[in-house]
Amino acid sequence: MMDKYSLLHKIGIYTSIALFITFMLLPFVEMFIASLRPLTHLFSRPDIPLGETMSFVDFMSRFWSDKMSFQAYRDMWVTVPQLPRYIFNSVFLASAVTAISLCFVVPAAYAYARFNFKGKSVSLTLFLAVNMFSGAVLLIPLYKLLRMYGLLNTYWSMIIPGVAFLIPQGIWLLKTFLEKIPYELEEAAFVDGASRLYTLRRIILPLAVPGLIVVGIAIFIGAYAQQFLFAITFNQNRDYMPLPAGIFEFIGYQDVLWNEMMAASLVGVLPVLLIFLFMQKHLIAGLTSGAVKE
Amino acid sequence: MNQFIQMFKPKTKTQTTTLFAWALIAPAALCMFLVVLWPLYETFRLSFTNSNLGTLMEGADFVGWENYEKVIGGRKFPAIVTRTFYWMFLSVGLKVILGLIGATLLASNIRARGIFRALIMPPWIVPIAIGCFGWLWLYNGHFGLLSSFAEMVGITNGPFSFLAYKQSAFYSAVVTDVWIGTPMVSLFFLAAIQGVPKDLYEAAYVDGASRWYRFRRITMPQIMPTVISMALLSAIWTFNSFEIIWILTEGGPRGATTTLIIDTFKTAIFSYKFGAGATRAVLVCLLLGIFSLIYLTVLGWLGKKYGYAGVQK
Repeated sequence: MMDKYSLLHKIGIYTSIALFITFMLLPFVEMFIASLRPLTHLFSRPDIPLGETMSFVDFMSRFWSDKMSFQAYRDMWVTVPQLPRYIFNSVFLASAVTAISLCFVVPAAYAYARFNFKGKSVSLTLFLAVNMFSGAVLLIPLYKLLRMYGLLNTYWSMIIPGVAFLIPQGIWLLKTFLEKIPYELEEAAFVDGASRLYTLRRIILPLAVPGLIVVGIAIFIGAYAQQFLFAITFNQNRDYMPLPAGIFEFIGYQDVLWNEMMAASLVGVLPVLLIFLFMQKHLIAGLTSGAVKE
Repeated sequence: MNQFIQMFKPKTKTQTTTLFAWALIAPAALCMFLVVLWPLYETFRLSFTNSNLGTLMEGADFVGWENYEKVIGGRKFPAIVTRTFYWMFLSVGLKVILGLIGATLLASNIRARGIFRALIMPPWIVPIAIGCFGWLWLYNGHFGLLSSFAEMVGITNGPFSFLAYKQSAFYSAVVTDVWIGTPMVSLFFLAAIQGVPKDLYEAAYVDGASRWYRFRRITMPQIMPTVISMALLSAIWTFNSFEIIWILTEGGPRGATTTLIIDTFKTAIFSYKFGAGATRAVLVCLLLGIFSLIYLTVLGWLGKKYGYAGVQK
C-alpha cells in the first residue's frame, strides 16, 4: 500500500531512470556506433553553409549510414595483434590482485571484527588513512622499490601496488560483514575444544561466503578499473600490458583508427562486463546484508 | 635464549588475544609498511633533495627547503591548489547528489528494477581508461555526438571541441569524473537505504507522512553515516584522480585541467625531477590530511548538534 505510486509518480520515476541510464550508457553507445562506421564516414562532415544550423537529417546521417559494418571488429585483430593478450593480461592482473589481497584481508578483517586488543583502533585508523595516499602520490619511491628488486616490466610491478592500495578497503568492507556473524557460534566451538585457526577456517569462513563474494567483487573491480597508471609507469613490456594501456597506444599513432580502437575497447571489456551483469544481484544483496554503516 | 623467549610468552588471556590478533594483522600490516609507509617516508626524504633520473638510485644532494620554496612560491601554484579543491568539491557534490537520486530511484518499488540496477554499473566496472576513450570521442568537436547535437539544437554554431577551451575542458573532465564515480556511490547508498528498518516507514505512513517527508526525516538521517563516509572517500579519490584528466587533456589546454596530482605526475615522471615531484606529493598528502581533519571535525560537531548518528568512531 505504502509503496503504491500514482500514474504521475510512475511516469516521473521511469523518466528519471531513463535519463539516468542514458547518461550512464551514452559513451558506450557512442563507442559502439563509432566502431560500426568506416573511417571515411567517421571523418566526414555534412556541408552546412555558414550561419545555418544542422538539420535533423544531417545529424542522423552522422550516426547512421548503410555503410555501417562490423569490418572494424575483423580488422582490429590485425592492427593490434596482441589484443587477446591484452584482454587476458587485464583479467589475469585483476584476478591475481584479488586473490592475493584476500589472503591479506581475511585474517586482518577477522582480527578487527572479533578481538579487542591493544592498538586496535590506532592501527585500524592507520589502515584507513592509507586510502589518502593514492598510487599517483607514491609513484617515485614505488618506481625505485620495484627497480631495486628488479620487478619493473613484470606482472609484479602492477600486482604489488594494486594489492597494497586495495587491502584497506577490503579490510573495512569485510570487517562489517564478519561482525554480523554471531559470536556464540565461536564460543560453542571453543567449548568443544576447537583451536582459533580451526574456528576461523571451519566456522567463520563458510558463514562469511556472501561477504567474501562482495569484497572479492569490490577488489576485483578496483583492480580491473584502475590498472592504467601503474601499467604506463612501471611496465614497458607489451607482453604484460593490460587492455587500457595497450589500447592507449592507439592514440599515439599518426592516424588514429578510431573505429578499431572503439571496437577493441568494447570487445576487451565484454567478458568482464557480462560476468558482472550476472553477478550484480549477489553484489547488491551482499552489500545490503552487510549494510555498510561505517 | 630460553629465558628470552619466556619473557615474550603471553601470560594472560588478554595477552594471548593481542598476540593472536596481531599475528593475523601482521601480513597486511607488513605489506602496508613496504608499499605505502616506506615510500611515504621516501617521498618525504626525496622532497628535500634535488633527485633526478641520474641520482635516483644513488644519493641525491640535500637541498633543504628549496623545493618547497620554489613550489609554493611558484606563479601557478595558488591557481593549481584552488583548481584542485574546486574540482573536488564540484565533482564530489555532483556525485553525492546524483548518487542519492539514483539510489532513491533504484530503491523504488517498480518493475524491472533489477535490470536498471545492472544497467547503471558499467561505468564503474569498465576500466576507467576505456570509459575515457568513449568520452574522448563524445567530446570530439568535428565528429562527436555532443557537438553535433549542440549544433543541431542550435546551442553552438559550427563544430565545438569540448576539450580545446579552458572552461569547457575543465567542466567536461568534471562530467566524466562524475560519470565514473556515480554508479559506485549510488550502489552504496542503495545498500544503505535498503538497510533502513521497514517499520519506521510504516509507522510514518500510518501517521500520514508524505513520501518527501519520509525521505527527509527517515531515509536521510538513517543513511547519513554512509553518506558522510562515502563523501569523504570519494573526495579523497577525486582529489587524487589521475587517469581521467590525463587521458582527456593531459592537464591542458594551457593548464586549465592541471590539478595537483597531474602537476606531480608531470614534474616527477615526465620531467624526471623526482625531488620537486616529491615535494608536490608531500603537499598533496598534507592538504588532504588537513581537509579530512576539518571535514571530520565539522561533521562531528554538526552531528552532536543536530543528532545525526554518524561520524563518531
